[in-house]
Amino acid sequence: MMEILAVLGFPLLGGALLAIWGERRWAPEFNSATSLCTFLAASLLAFRILVSGPLIVLNEQFFVDSFNVFLVVLTAFVSFTTTLFSRPYMRNEQILSSLSSQQLRLYHSMYQIFCFTMLLALLTNNLGILWVAMEGATLATVLLVSLYRSRESLEAAWKYFILCGVGIAQALFGTILIYFAAEKVLGAGGTALLWTHLDAAKGSLEPTVLSIAFVFLLVGYGTKVGLVPLHSWLPDAHAEGPTPVSAVLSGLLLNVALYAVVRCKILVGGALQNRFADDLMIGFGLLSVLTAAFLLWKQKDIKRLFGYSSIEHMGLMTFAFGIGANFAGLLHMTVHSLTKSAIFFAVGHAVQHSGTKSIDAIRGLIQSPAVGWGLMLGGLAILGMPPFGVFTSEFLILTHAMQSHPWATPVLLVALGVAFASIFGKVQAMVWGEMEGKTLPHAPAFLPILLHLGIVLILGLYIPPHLARWYHEAARLIG
Amino acid sequence: MSAFGLFTQILQLLLSLLLAPFFLGWLNQCRAWLQNRQGAGIEQPYRKLGKLFHKDAVIAESASPLFRMVPYVLFGAMCLAASIVPSLATDLSFSKAADAIALAGIFALARIAISLAAMDIGTAFGGMGARREMLVGFLAEPALLMVLFTASLISRSTSLTVIVETLAHRHFEIYPSMAFAGIAFLMVLLAENARLPVDNPASHLELTMIHEAMILEYSARHLALIEWASSIKLFAYVTIGIALFVPWGIAQAADWLGMAFALPILIAKLLVAGAGLALIETLVAKQRIFRAPEFMGTAFLFGVLGMLVHFLLGA
Amino acid sequence: MAGQYINLLASILLLLAFAMLSQRRIKSLINLFMIQGMTLVANTVVIASTTGQTHLYYSALLTLTLKVVILPWILYRMIRQLNVEWDVETLINIPSTMLVGIAIVIISFNLALPISHLAGTITRGTIGIAMACVLLSLLMMITRSKAISQVIGFLSMENGLFFAATSTTYGMPMVVELGVALDVLVGVLILGVFFFQIREKFESLDLKHLEKTEEE
Repeated sequence: MMEILAVLGFPLLGGALLAIWGERRWAPEFNSATSLCTFLAASLLAFRILVSGPLIVLNEQFFVDSFNVFLVVLTAFVSFTTTLFSRPYMRNEQILSSLSSQQLRLYHSMYQIFCFTMLLALLTNNLGILWVAMEGATLATVLLVSLYRSRESLEAAWKYFILCGVGIAQALFGTILIYFAAEKVLGAGGTALLWTHLDAAKGSLEPTVLSIAFVFLLVGYGTKVGLVPLHSWLPDAHAEGPTPVSAVLSGLLLNVALYAVVRCKILVGGALQNRFADDLMIGFGLLSVLTAAFLLWKQKDIKRLFGYSSIEHMGLMTFAFGIGANFAGLLHMTVHSLTKSAIFFAVGHAVQHSGTKSIDAIRGLIQSPAVGWGLMLGGLAILGMPPFGVFTSEFLILTHAMQSHPWATPVLLVALGVAFASIFGKVQAMVWGEMEGKTLPHAPAFLPILLHLGIVLILGLYIPPHLARWYHEAARLIG
Repeated sequence: MSAFGLFTQILQLLLSLLLAPFFLGWLNQCRAWLQNRQGAGIEQPYRKLGKLFHKDAVIAESASPLFRMVPYVLFGAMCLAASIVPSLATDLSFSKAADAIALAGIFALARIAISLAAMDIGTAFGGMGARREMLVGFLAEPALLMVLFTASLISRSTSLTVIVETLAHRHFEIYPSMAFAGIAFLMVLLAENARLPVDNPASHLELTMIHEAMILEYSARHLALIEWASSIKLFAYVTIGIALFVPWGIAQAADWLGMAFALPILIAKLLVAGAGLALIETLVAKQRIFRAPEFMGTAFLFGVLGMLVHFLLGA
Repeated sequence: MAGQYINLLASILLLLAFAMLSQRRIKSLINLFMIQGMTLVANTVVIASTTGQTHLYYSALLTLTLKVVILPWILYRMIRQLNVEWDVETLINIPSTMLVGIAIVIISFNLALPISHLAGTITRGTIGIAMACVLLSLLMMITRSKAISQVIGFLSMENGLFFAATSTTYGMPMVVELGVALDVLVGVLILGVFFFQIREKFESLDLKHLEKTEEE
């Protein structure tokens, strides 16, 4: 219980303090420190769960099991490493894009609030609060995306808000329908929205209502996952916001939204006793993978490129959870989150280094070895090259698909092939070649890139038995 | 066919013929008062009819026999319409002749007749008026049907007398569907009777007139019949409105005492309706003719919504 | 009797949704939004008094303060400061929008039919109307190009959802309702700031100017 309060309290308190002092010279360090504390608290929480099993506390409002504690740790970890990256990055930005002190305050404060809403969404046991937290995360990121207040960033933020606002309103309708179905079984009042109670009673929930509810929930939270055809906010928001925000959007927020979808799927699947929810997820997932893979080819903006790549991978995970490859799906969540944020770290420095986001204009990143190699290796990792972890998870998803849905395998292979060709060609061109870049006033942070890629590499070669047991436990919970 | 039925039928028809110009006069008088004018008096339509009947008719050289026939067709159609709408009692001998859908058909017949006559002479105004009339009518008719359907759905019959009887003799309930239908009906009434905001009955401005453009070539008794028919049409519409939306006080079959009360109640309702219409006409401005489809589209929308709401809410 | 009032109020909500769809003037749009809020409050109070669900009184009070007083006040203030009080939006093809609206109503009524059969609440018939209101607001957001009208569309969609919650289940748990209200309020404040920034950068609040970054 103390751990949960700490996990939620640190970012909230940090956000409040940074709203006052966010422009001070030591604010980035304070930001990192807050995230480090959150991460430590999350690790402690995970340890507790591993030792003593699921935890339901505070009037049943919070619920932690292996599934969400693993995402809590991942979220806390990536948000911590992102603050490390953001430290020199934002200092450079302050000079290059002349951010005002007010903007810096907003950035630091909203970053922590954003982490808070994501952790709240993961930890809460109440589907209504889950919705509130997701909407809160949208609002916080809208402010982050529009940070530069340029035409493009305002447009991206507006698009993001309207699309996700509309989408998430559909999710609220779905939540209302679930409450409506649950009220009949569990009685009126607070318990009818508590996930643990719903899970226990899922067999007796009304199937018709739940199937309609799931459509609304999938459309709603699916908009935030970035599933095609509801994805059009995602590349814009990734491209126009500050790079640390792109990293946490791709690495974390999409995961949290997918977490919400999966939680709902568990309920609906249990109530319906058929594959309706799974089939919907398979359909949306495949469509996203395919569309995003082919759209990758046309991208000219480096951040949009990796934004589309995120759509592709989120589609793959949705597909994986749809066919029941839960272990592979969870592993892919982890490795994608780590790899994609590492890529965005490298991309951020590359963009600062060359002063442009256009793929055609960025050349010779290898001059700064860590950026060049980081982007190259990150690119290879995200494309599913062995020995990185993405290869393992994609391999597992593909083999599982071959067993249960053989027809989907060629589709996936084509999509992965197209994605490989587009991204590899573009990344290679950017890394090699000749170009005079700027020298940055603050040296880039390499530690986060190395750390992330290192973990992904290790996960590709060897999954520690503790971790594997943990994944299996979580995969079993998803069912 | 009961004696009471026959009696009410004849009484109602006579009443419609006589009261129709009175209602028009009252409406115009209210409008005049609201606009701070003296007004021509309630009896003005009667005087006008009298004057026209005493004149010699002039007919265009190019007119065909159709042109002469139309005023009678029009007048006959409107008399039929007025006699099947229950305004005094729900026991009418003619009521079996036509139901709510046929009523819309009778109005359509009259519209087609007058449009043909307008085009018959071959003047520019006639053709223009006919075209506009058909446009408005074409859009107003579905809306009117939707209103009638909503009422039919509640009473499970398309016969006007049955509808009115059901609506009048059940205990008071709020029907949201009827509220929608009421708004739609009001809009249809305004459009079909050449009132503001679709047409201005007091204007002969060539850019905007619809009804007046069609009857420019008529004179004397023909014009009198047409004017009279239009006033009966307005009267019929108002009594449909009264019958559907405020039917209380209407007499039942063989209810002589009810009959005695029905007439004063009807006249009181007519006075209120006339004043209300005058108020609306004072408050709204004439719309451009191109906005008429939008206006009628809205009426149709309300009609459909009324029906849908009825299906969903059962009320 | 209460059921009749609820049905009437539900119909008024549906009517307001259509009125918003066809309203060209921004100020009138805010008025309509306010009336929508009042209808919701009336509806909630009627349900509360018939069913004896006391928490619904609180939620009615919350709706009253937020949706009838605070949000319209913020919006009025905003349009005055932005000087768009008398702006008229050019809406193309209102009749066909209306037809699409009718289609939406039919679809949502059909979709709601199985749910309303299951509902034991006195308000069962109104679920379809709530769904229709949500989707009509969505349609409104699609057909509008001005930033403020889109936001009003968003807010009226939230109203539709609130109506859905009260009519299907006599309201969500209070903690959720409070959270939703907070989100909406913060959202409107953020968007208010956005209006000024968009105006400053684009010299207009018309989002047609905002389509520079093409969809690739």
